[in-house]
Amino acid sequence: MELFTIPTDTYKLGFIGAGKMAESIARGVVQSGVLPASRIRTYHTNPVRRKVFESFGVEVLHRNEDVVEESDVVIFSVKPQVVKGVVMQLKPLLSKKKLLVSVAAGIKLKDLQEWAGNSRFIRVMPNTPAAVGEAATVMSLGASATEEDGDLIAKLFGSVGKIWKADDKLFDAITGLSGSGPAYIYLAIEALADGGVAAGLPRDLALGLASQTVLGAASMASKTGKHPGQLKDDVTSPGGTTIAGVHELEKSGFRGILMNAVVAAAKRSRELSQ
Amino acid sequence: MAEGAAPIPVDKDKFKLGFIGAGNMAASIATGLVKLGILPHSRIFTAHRNPESRVAFTSLGIKVFQHNHEVVGECDVIVFSVKPQILQDVILELGPLLSQDKLLVSVAVAPKLKVLQKWVGHARLIRVFPSTACAVGEAAIAMHLGEDATEEDGELIANLFGAVGKVWKLEEKLSDAAGIIGGAGPAFVYIAIEAMADGGVAAGLPRDIALGFAAQAFYGAAAMVMKTGKHPGELKDKVASPGGTTIAGIHELEKGAFRATMMNAVVASTRRCHEMSQ
Repeated sequence: MELFTIPTDTYKLGFIGAGKMAESIARGVVQSGVLPASRIRTYHTNPVRRKVFESFGVEVLHRNEDVVEESDVVIFSVKPQVVKGVVMQLKPLLSKKKLLVSVAAGIKLKDLQEWAGNSRFIRVMPNTPAAVGEAATVMSLGASATEEDGDLIAKLFGSVGKIWKADDKLFDAITGLSGSGPAYIYLAIEALADGGVAAGLPRDLALGLASQTVLGAASMASKTGKHPGQLKDDVTSPGGTTIAGVHELEKSGFRGILMNAVVAAAKRSRELSQ
Repeated sequence: MAEGAAPIPVDKDKFKLGFIGAGNMAASIATGLVKLGILPHSRIFTAHRNPESRVAFTSLGIKVFQHNHEVVGECDVIVFSVKPQILQDVILELGPLLSQDKLLVSVAVAPKLKVLQKWVGHARLIRVFPSTACAVGEAAIAMHLGEDATEEDGELIANLFGAVGKVWKLEEKLSDAAGIIGGAGPAFVYIAIEAMADGGVAAGLPRDIALGFAAQAFYGAAAMVMKTGKHPGELKDKVASPGGTTIAGIHELEKGAFRATMMNAVVASTRRCHEMSQ
């Protein structure tokens, strides 16, 4: 079967569903220069959302059908509950010449391909920090999605963070970790700040330090390539303050608790996708 | 401290080793030295009034005197391996026999050098923290030198104990914690090995197989840490495959705050060591 290669320099990108995730991706793509706004299309009934996209140069059309027709790459960014209905409604227009993408949480690749009657689909699971260009994103390729299609999507989503490829069957675990993960860290940041306040710091200083500390530690883990255990060893001097704090975390089973959270969220993701 | 001549060097090829306190620790060290061919049994001595308690030594061909002062009279290097609570009395009883001509070694967790020096009357002392694993030549041993122990003295003792384990020369203030890990640590591990074996039995294994596997698993893991020089976290990562059996077990350990429990054990033992040194 012949596949049409998406022309990387001239392709047009369309968003079906002009919500927060679509906005994050569109902004990221434009800001990083991956795609000029003039090559992006979307549609929304709500004029407020239309204005938001127009404000950075995206063309807002009058119906989803038009968005699909004018686009080579179509990203479905509607809420998971409505994905099926929307995809099936647009099915006649979803030709094999188009590369289809879904960012809906919990919607399996095989279902997407079935509803669209088109297996040139890529499932992408970003997370909310896409809004600040620091998403942790994973994609799985459908049966007819080519390697070049994967590279194109990698480049798009690379503009809002980091992206990895994985098998579709791992997506529940991915949801449990990177999908829900930011929330676990928000808890940790708040708690660190509370600890700072308990130790005598003013709230705003405590919160600022807490956030930046988590950011810094994550950067160290990401950029140095060192094992986190090694990084921990590097900062825990004999009989010092850090090891005293670490000891408290271990006593409370901190590690086990985080493991539990990821496992529970992954389990819930599986339940929801049944 | 006596004025004048430097202490007489110990003849490293002919010296005689004496144990004051013929208990488990002395037996472990002596067993290791004899079985590994480090020191012939003819050059090792101890004393015990009770004939039954002598078996651990006589079975190695070691001469067991009746009294401590006979051991001191015969030997050049004296190891004090009595319990800390009676150490002072034992030393004071031996009094002037413990001259600076003898190299004195204490393997007791307490007291510190300063106090030992006071009791002995000189500082030709070396503190060593061995463990009963000396019996199989695999102890983790910390040592530090008293003021008048010479470098040769240090080397002799490091070589002697190095034959029955790994020796680290450390400052006294680090020896407590290191000595605890080396000395008490094995006990924590015996508990872990037994528990792992219990788990094996619970999972359907015969006891002897469960125990054999548990012990070898520990041995192998320790060897990996020591020989590869890799961070234990990294070694753990390498064996815990996605959604596999190992990570399922690890999850249970983390739920049970296993790491903290181990940390607590070391900290508590070290604290107790400090208390006993007061």
